[in-house]
Amino acid sequence: MDFLGEHSPELLPGRRPPLPVQGAVEAPHGTTIVAASFPGGAVLAGDRRATMGNVIAQRDIEKVFPADEYSAVGIAGTAGLAVEMVKLFQLELEHFEKVEGAQLSLEGKANRLSTMIRSNLGMAMQGLAVVPLFAGWDVDREKGRIFTYDVTGGRSEEHGFAATGSGSLFARGALKKLYRDDLTENQAATAVVQALYDAADDDSATGGPDLARRIYPIVTVITEEGFKRYTEAEVSEIARAIHERRLDEPDGPRAALL
Amino acid sequence: MSTPFYVSPQQAMADRAEYARKGIARGRSVVVLQYADGVVFVAENPSRALHKVSEIYDRIAFAAVGKYNEFENLRIGGVRYADLRGYTYDRADVTARGLANVYAQTLGTIFSSAAEKPYEVELIVAEVGNAPEDDQIYRLPHDGSIVDEHGSVAVGGNADQISSYLDQRHRDGMTLGEALKLAVESLSRDNNGGERTLTAEQLEVATLDRTRPQQRKFKRILGRQLSRLLEENGAAVSAEGAADESADSADSEGTSGSEGGSDSGS
Repeated sequence: MDFLGEHSPELLPGRRPPLPVQGAVEAPHGTTIVAASFPGGAVLAGDRRATMGNVIAQRDIEKVFPADEYSAVGIAGTAGLAVEMVKLFQLELEHFEKVEGAQLSLEGKANRLSTMIRSNLGMAMQGLAVVPLFAGWDVDREKGRIFTYDVTGGRSEEHGFAATGSGSLFARGALKKLYRDDLTENQAATAVVQALYDAADDDSATGGPDLARRIYPIVTVITEEGFKRYTEAEVSEIARAIHERRLDEPDGPRAALL
Repeated sequence: MSTPFYVSPQQAMADRAEYARKGIARGRSVVVLQYADGVVFVAENPSRALHKVSEIYDRIAFAAVGKYNEFENLRIGGVRYADLRGYTYDRADVTARGLANVYAQTLGTIFSSAAEKPYEVELIVAEVGNAPEDDQIYRLPHDGSIVDEHGSVAVGGNADQISSYLDQRHRDGMTLGEALKLAVESLSRDNNGGERTLTAEQLEVATLDRTRPQQRKFKRILGRQLSRLLEENGAAVSAEGAADESADSADSEGTSGSEGGSDSGS
């Protein structure tokens, strides 16, 4: 990134002169991302909707990306800027790995992302915020870890589960009732898809599984073996099972009262 | 002020070339061979940390002999060039030919600039294609020329001897095991015709494997896998190698799907 800054500063997200417009800029926004950790790693999932004001800008956008072999990043906020930020983040991790001959620590990757979000603060003040969710396998501590961010680049590690984006309140509420710390990988994947379903239920900007068009959330898992994205068939199986159950119980699984 | 002696340009260049060649000849050799599924790099290098062979980009790798600090400098320059290209345009727009040209310019400029000493390095830049015909191997000597190579190349100490040994024995469509065996045989031949034995610990081996499902085709062959490939010989090696590879690709199948997906997304 330093090299890029010296040689082609115009390619860096945060180095552009502020836009001369007043008020909010209309651009597609990505919505809900959720993550949950389980004993063997972490899952990170996102819905597929991008909205621009009250319009659905895209119904099959992809908002969860592998950052490198052992981490993934999901983006909420201005889609264009966020995708570019992820691209630069991926590049930087790969560049570091090739030049130094070793991967950055998970902590190092999380810190790097923090700086990149902070460099976007000017744009964020104009309504073009990018707020990612970062999850990865910590090779040294041998566990899955999740990091959340705010628009100023503030970073905090979450234990258990986390969500970001417009539907995050609902997703977090759902996960709070569903999450246990002894989930298996498949159960964790089901829990995050449940959470996305609940977010889509109550937030107009979050898209639920679209069974007719076969558009399902993106579910990724990071374990000791590295990053893996669930195939469409695998996610559709989870999404259909949830949908099937919700035909009887539209509000999803009930938690015990006491 | 004394008048400097007149040295003819021919003499000056010849001296510089001589200096660089001597520097390169002191080091151990690196050989690069095409095999059925890609390109294999084999270097005699006891160090695990200071690499002679490294990844540059998805399909491109780099091998060098000579002074470590000089080729390390060039390697980092190459990684920067490739990453910047790929970020500005697309990953597919980074090619070995472009990279080799940049290296040739750099080496040529340094070689002919009177103020600097010539770099005592010789580089190989290789790119693996979708089929063996699309593989590209470029050899870049110290003076900035480019040689387009096919089949097998050797650089470093006994490059000439090793090259002719390889030329006689290398054929298209070898398996990884066979290519590796040939490479090690060629490296273990002494100047004066004697043989040394090279163990797995003394070798640095890496491949650009076109069958690898990941976007990044570069892979180091280390530890157990390497010793297994070396121990077996002939047909057994190829069978083992094939089994290995299929196991590897099965392992990483999931990752590949996801990487392909991310690609279309970004």
